[in-house]
Order: sequence, then structure tokens, then C-alpha cells
Amino acid sequence: MKKLFAVIAALMIIGGIFCSCKNTSENAPEADAEEEIEYQTLSVDDEEYYSKFKDKGISINVYNWGEYISDGADEGTLDVNAEFTKLTGITVNYSTYATNEELYAKLKGGGSSYDIIIPSDYMISRMIKENMLKPLDFKNIPNFKYIKDTFVNPLYDQKNEYSVPYMWGTVGIIYDKTLIDENDIDWNILWNEDYADRILMFDNPRDAFAIAEIMLGYSINTENPEELEKAAEKLKEQKKVVQAYVMDEIFDKMGAGEALIAPYYAGDAITLMDEYEDLAFAVPKSGTNLFVDAMCIPSGSKQKEAAEMYINFMCEPDIAYATTTYVGYSTPNTAAYDMLDDEIKNDGISYPDDEYLKENTTVFYNLSDEANQKMQDLWTDMKSSQYEAKNVWLVPAFMLICVAVSIVILIRRHIKNKKDIF
Amino acid sequence: MKVKLISAPYLVWMAVFIVVPLIMVGYFAFTDGNGHFTLEYIADVAQYTNIFIKSIWLAAIATVICLVVAYPVAFILTRLETKVQGTMLMIVMLPMWMNFLLRTYAWMTLLGNNGLINRLFELVGIGPFKMLNTEGAVVLGMVYNYLPFMILPLYSVMVKIHKSILEAAADLGCNSRETLFRVVLPLSLPGVNSGIIMVFVPAISTFIISRMLGGGGNLLIGDLIEMQFLGNSYNPNLGAGISLVLMVIILLIMTIMNQFNDDDDKVLL
Amino acid sequence: MKKLSRIYISLVLMFLYAPIFVLIVFSFNTTKSRSVMSGFTFDWYQKLFQNELIMMSLRNTLIIAVIASLSATILGTAAAIGISSMRKFPKMVIINITNIPIINPEIVTGVSLMLLFVFFAARMNLEFGFVTLLIAHITFNVPYVILNVMPKIRQMDPHLYEAAQDLGCNSVQAFFKVVLPEILPGVISGLLMSFTFSLDDFVVSYFTSGSTSQTLPITIYSMTRRKVSPEINALSTIIFAVVVIVLIVKNVIENRPVKPFLKAKEEGR
Repeated sequence: MKKLFAVIAALMIIGGIFCSCKNTSENAPEADAEEEIEYQTLSVDDEEYYSKFKDKGISINVYNWGEYISDGADEGTLDVNAEFTKLTGITVNYSTYATNEELYAKLKGGGSSYDIIIPSDYMISRMIKENMLKPLDFKNIPNFKYIKDTFVNPLYDQKNEYSVPYMWGTVGIIYDKTLIDENDIDWNILWNEDYADRILMFDNPRDAFAIAEIMLGYSINTENPEELEKAAEKLKEQKKVVQAYVMDEIFDKMGAGEALIAPYYAGDAITLMDEYEDLAFAVPKSGTNLFVDAMCIPSGSKQKEAAEMYINFMCEPDIAYATTTYVGYSTPNTAAYDMLDDEIKNDGISYPDDEYLKENTTVFYNLSDEANQKMQDLWTDMKSSQYEAKNVWLVPAFMLICVAVSIVILIRRHIKNKKDIF
Repeated sequence: MKVKLISAPYLVWMAVFIVVPLIMVGYFAFTDGNGHFTLEYIADVAQYTNIFIKSIWLAAIATVICLVVAYPVAFILTRLETKVQGTMLMIVMLPMWMNFLLRTYAWMTLLGNNGLINRLFELVGIGPFKMLNTEGAVVLGMVYNYLPFMILPLYSVMVKIHKSILEAAADLGCNSRETLFRVVLPLSLPGVNSGIIMVFVPAISTFIISRMLGGGGNLLIGDLIEMQFLGNSYNPNLGAGISLVLMVIILLIMTIMNQFNDDDDKVLL
Repeated sequence: MKKLSRIYISLVLMFLYAPIFVLIVFSFNTTKSRSVMSGFTFDWYQKLFQNELIMMSLRNTLIIAVIASLSATILGTAAAIGISSMRKFPKMVIINITNIPIINPEIVTGVSLMLLFVFFAARMNLEFGFVTLLIAHITFNVPYVILNVMPKIRQMDPHLYEAAQDLGCNSVQAFFKVVLPEILPGVISGLLMSFTFSLDDFVVSYFTSGSTSQTLPITIYSMTRRKVSPEINALSTIIFAVVVIVLIVKNVIENRPVKPFLKAKEEGR
């Protein structure tokens, strides 16, 4: 009988809700741990500052890149968000985005109020220009003192009012070293037909265009429409050897051996190399992009002080250390850097010396609105190939024709029905 | 009468949440960021004509494949014993109840260069084929996800064809093939009709299938729209324009499809 | 002929179930590989249950599905009753508008609602979150309820209502004692349909949810876009198991002998 079914369904629902309510995130290390695991601990200087909001039932919405925070999934690592909640009593609602443009779209659409976002350099300068960020009150972020001075007052936030650096790194190429020789690695290998269908490519306009622009000898911050178009042409040429346009999906595809080469960020390369011995990372000699991702508070935030507390927490040496070891990217936090093993400091990828950075890398800055629009249009076109619209009236005419045909058909049917009755 | 008033809350809801949003789409499509009327965005939609054509084409192929595969299934189901029919129908429909994303994801793992299918081919000695990130994979995804939506309407119409009609046809001299084409087929047309609509419309507007199985280089209309709102090219006006054109195309197709449908119950246009 | 049918159906079933079974099998794999089975373990299931995000989105999904389907059923049933007693023209108009969310591609429904919310977000300080998600779900659920209830109302003898009133019931009592039991099958199938659609909805939720109200399909989607872990496989297996159990239970209940129930009904009245 339907009633019994409804009862059973109701029980299952209640069971489901109950089960999901009961779970708390546990971080207890297993009894028989391997020798390599180090258990990270947390100690903060100023516990009193953090207890300001305890028991007030406050929550903040954090919007970050995917795989960009230590979440305790590996043995012995900290679950940063859980630790924050334990320390301060503030709940963290954590969600992720895959590209800066997605973040921008979500914020611009309005209606979502995030308290912490972590955009990249050029996106920060764009958001500052469009008044999308709140200026920070650095009195609430004393741990800012740990940030390395080369990252203070950066190009994208010259008076350093809106952001606190979180992670940085360089872009390079991850490849399967058993099949590809390191000396062959330069940007043009991504166009190489020998590896057709084994090549992955960035799924966001700026990173993709930057590679094409470096290959063509243009600045990665060019606003020249002709240069942008030539770069788009180059990307179109590449399309036939590209297996897929991806962002974080490369973890899966490179790991499973689906693809052999992919351009990506140094930090993720380190994570991949840790897990899969066959992979290696190299920065092409012709130059690359240096990026910095920094924490900001969007103008729609309703919990500014709690957000600033979160930022301060992320700058705690222990937390910054946990973040950099888990995520793999380079930290701008001097205290955390000091805690790192020499092995990491000298691996040649994570912490190139300042001179090397100055000579071989360029930082993005925000382009003009027209250049941005042009790039976005070219990007959509490249991914879909276009043909020029000859006439403004083409589409409206097409639509009118569709509607007219529908109406005609309806009228004919109506007349036919009327006739049938007789 | 007072009874009509009871539907008032719904009517208000309907107006606010069905009609107004559609008007908003139109508004965004025909205005620019500052609210001034412009045909620019609608005109820009023409740039993506080839994507529209590709989407319609792929959706059409998927629909035809679904129809061809599902028709025998539905027919065979109706000829089973009544006791078994219910269970078999349930077994066939069960995958539909699994989460759509997970099913698509499952194909991603199967079709990869190092996926299960290619491994099986390797065992037999045939080289790995590129299956994932192609248009074929997208069509496969569409067929896989929407096949139950074709089986169900076909089955519900065919099950109403009384066995005695088939027996009558046999009595009148038809062999099996003729029965199929001259009796069953015409009677099942309403089911074919609903099935086509239920497969074609989602197929033409999907973005998940093309993203997960198409590799990002095979954009469909759904991807385009999604990119304009939540993806890498924030342009809600263009997105609204594309949505509007999509709706008009579907309107046309449905009107044409309903031509073949004389069902009294069908109140859709 | 029969053998051919069996083979054909088996092939189709294999096609439908293969990906799901692959997912299930590899959920027990000791490594993350999805094409080579290295060992048997329940680790991923453990990790799944410890995953806060998944548990939270599961909870959200269930809560939204329950509330949305209940509200939609109430709203829709009331609407169906009211609409049935309308004159031909308003009835046709309203039914056509009601059908819009059903025919429209999901992405257009999602986008139009998103535009609506965005437009009013600025003016009314409305946030994307639980409320917007709920509104969206109710909006696309109500048409299905109406679609299910209206045929039942049409089948019902219109005089029953008057007869009840003649016998002394006021309108409310007449409704609950006479009308409701008659249309109950339609109401319940509407309720179940809404519940299922809400549970599995991805596209509309994707455009109308906020940071705090992610549903399970949305979480699954973001899981597939990042480092993929066999936790997804574990999740699929569990969902599959639940679906199988629910469908089996439903089938068993429906196939139970009906006679004793009818007898009891007669005696009870």
C-alpha cells in the first residue's frame, strides 16, 4: 500500500538527515602510523584575540580555489578550517571555484555574500578598480608582519590596502619524464603533434593567452587588439592537439596517465610529483608568469572583523606552514618558510631566487575593459570557432520567422480542428 | 465560484516565478548593462551559429539513436507476461534514478585512453582509440542518459495496444514485419512523439555532458550559456540572448512535433 | 524471435548498467586507479562519511527535497482544483504557462530564475542561499503536481462534492472527506515525482544556490572537476544501493494482493 511506502521513505529520509547531522570531522591520527608522517600542531601567539567571537554563533563564507587549503585529508595534516572553528568559535562555510573569471562572475552576479575570497593578482586589481573589495583594517591582522617584504605593496595593490598574500608560484609544464626529455621542454612542446591528444591546456583565458603571447614574443599584458588576435589564432592552431581544456581536472588526467603534458602551476606540480614518480616539472626558458593569490574581503561581506580574524589566522606560522606543505605552492610567509625542510627550499621549483624571478617571470596586471572584453570574446570564439555576423538583423529576423511559422501552424491546426467538428 | 480562488496562491506564484523570469530573460537580452535598448547582444548570437547547428545536429543524432534502440525494448517489454513486465520495467528504469552526474562521470572513466574499454582492446591487440573528448563521446553520453526517457513514453503507449488487435492483424494475413509497420508503428506514434521531445530538448541544452565528455573543446549551446553567467566570460546580456534564441528554436520544434499529435489531452500549444 | 528479444534486451541492459557496475567495483579499489583493480578495501567509504562537505550537502538536499515537494504538492493540488473549474480560455492559458517549466530546457529555467534573483538582490537585499534554492525547486515541482492531479480531478464525479455538502458537510469537510481521497493517487504520485526531481536536480540548483546551501549534485559536480577520489565511487555505490532498495520495496508493496485491502476498505466505511 502506498502508505507503507511513504512510511518507509520517511524513515529513510529521517535516517539520512540524522546520519548526516551526527558526523563531526575527526582528525585523530591512526594508531599505526608510518614513520614519514609528521603530525602538525597548532600554537598561536595571541589566543585572546581569537576568542573575541566565541559563542556568538557567527559564520563566515570562504570562497577559494579548489585544492587550495589544508583539509586534513592526508594523515597528520591539519584541517585548517576546523582548527579555526575550534579556536574562534566561528563556523566556516567553504566553497570553491576553478578560475578567477568564475569568481568574478559569481561576485558580479550579486546575491552571494562571501566574506573571504582569494583571487589572483590581476583579478585583484580589476576588483579594486570596480570597487568590489573592502579595505582591510590591518590592526586586526597583526600577523601581516610575517609576510615577506617583496610581497608587500605589490603592483596589483600598490598601497596594500585590500589584500594579504596567501600563496604564490610560477607557471610551468608538467610532463611524464619517462617519455619526454627535459631539454625538449619549452612552450612550443604544447603544440607538438607527436603528442597529439596527450596535451592538456588551461581552461581560462589569461593563462592560455599568456602562453601564446610568450611564444609570439608579446608581453603577457598586451592590450593590442592585433596581438590578441594573433595569440587567439595560435591557440586555435593548438586546438587539434589538445585533449581537453581543464583546470584542476589535470590531477586526475595526469595521474591516470591519460595525458602526458600539461601547463600548470608549480605548487600543484609538486603535489602531483609527490604522488606519481613519473611526473616532472620544468619552467620553460623563454619565460613564464609569476602569480600571487591573495586574500581579500568582498564589499558585500557582512562579517568583516571575523573575516579579518580568518586572514590573520591564515598568516599564523603554523597554519601557513600547514598550507604550504599540503597544497604545495610557495608561501609568502617568512616564519613558515623558515620551518620548511631544506629539501623543499632548494628543490629549484618552489623558491627560485629573486634575480631569476625578475629576469624570467612577469606578473599579470589587469587589462583595460576593452582588452578584457576582447580577450573574453576571442576566448569564447577560440573554444567554439566562429563566423562573422554579417548583419545585425540576422538573428532577430530568424527568430521572427520561427515565431511566425509557429503561429501559422497553430492557426492552420485551429481551422482544421474547427472543420473536423463538422 | 469560490473554488477558483483556491488556486490563487499558485497563480501569484506562477506569475512571479515563471512569467516574470522569462520577461527578465527578454529584458536582459534586449538591453545593455545600463538598461538601454539594443540589438547588439541578440545580433552577437549569430556568431555562434555553428554551435547552434552542432548542438541541434548532435541532439538529433542522439534522439534518433535513442528511438532506434528504445523502440524494440519497449515493444519487447509489452509482450512479456504481465507479472514480469513491472519488474523488468523497473530494472530498465533503475539507472535513470542514479544521479545524472555520476552516470556521466562513469563514462569518463570508461572511455579514457587508459580506461577500462581501451584496456580491453589492448588485451585483444587493437591499439587504444581516442574515445573521450570527442563529439562521439558527447552523443554517447546523451544516448546513455536519455534512453530511459525514450523507453518510458514508448512503453506506456504500446502497452495500451491490445493484444487482440495484433491477433486481428495476423488473422487478416499480416506477417510479423507487416504487423509491426502497419499496425504497431502508427498506433505508437504519440509515444514516439513524446519520446522525441523528452530526449531532444534536454540533449540540445545540456552542458554537463559536453563539458565532462567533450573535453571543453566541443562547446554546445548549454556550455555557451553557462559560460556567460557562471563561467569564464561574464556577459549576462549575451547569455540571455542565447537563451532566448534557444527557447524560440524549441518552440518551433515543439509546434512542428505537435502537428503529428492529435491527442486531445495534449494541451501544449 | 524470442531468443533474439532476450539477447537484445540483455545487451541494452548491459549498456545501461556497465558504467554503474564499474563505478561500484572500483569503489573498493585500494588505489585511486580506475582501470586496474589492486585490492579490496572499505577505506573510501570511511573517508566518505568523514567528509563534512558531502554530509552537509546531503542534509541540504534532503531537507530541500522534503520541503519543496510538500509545498509544491499543497500549492499544486490547490491550483489543480481551482484550475479545473475555470472556463476554457483562462484554463488553457494557465495550463500552457504551467507547462513552461516542464518543456523549457532546465538551463533556461535556471538562468531565468537566477536573473530574477539577481535583479531583486540589489533592490531587496536578497541573498542566494536556502531561500532562493527552495523557491526554484518549488517552481519546477508544482507543474508536475498539477500534471498528476488534474487527470484525477477530471475522472472524479463532479457531483460528489455537492452531494457531500447536501449531506451536511461544509466546504472544508467536503474537501477532505470526499474530494481528497478521490484525487489522492494523483497527489501522491505528484509528491513522489517532485521529491525525486528535487533530489536529483543539478542544473537549476547550480544557478540558484549560494555558498551555504550546496546540494549533493552540486558537490558531486565540483568533486569531478578537481582531484578525483574514489570517494565518488563509494558515493555512487551507496546511492545505487538506496535506489535499488527503494524500488524493490515499492514494487513489493504494489504487487501485494489487493483483495484483502479492498475488503477492509469496504468494511471500514
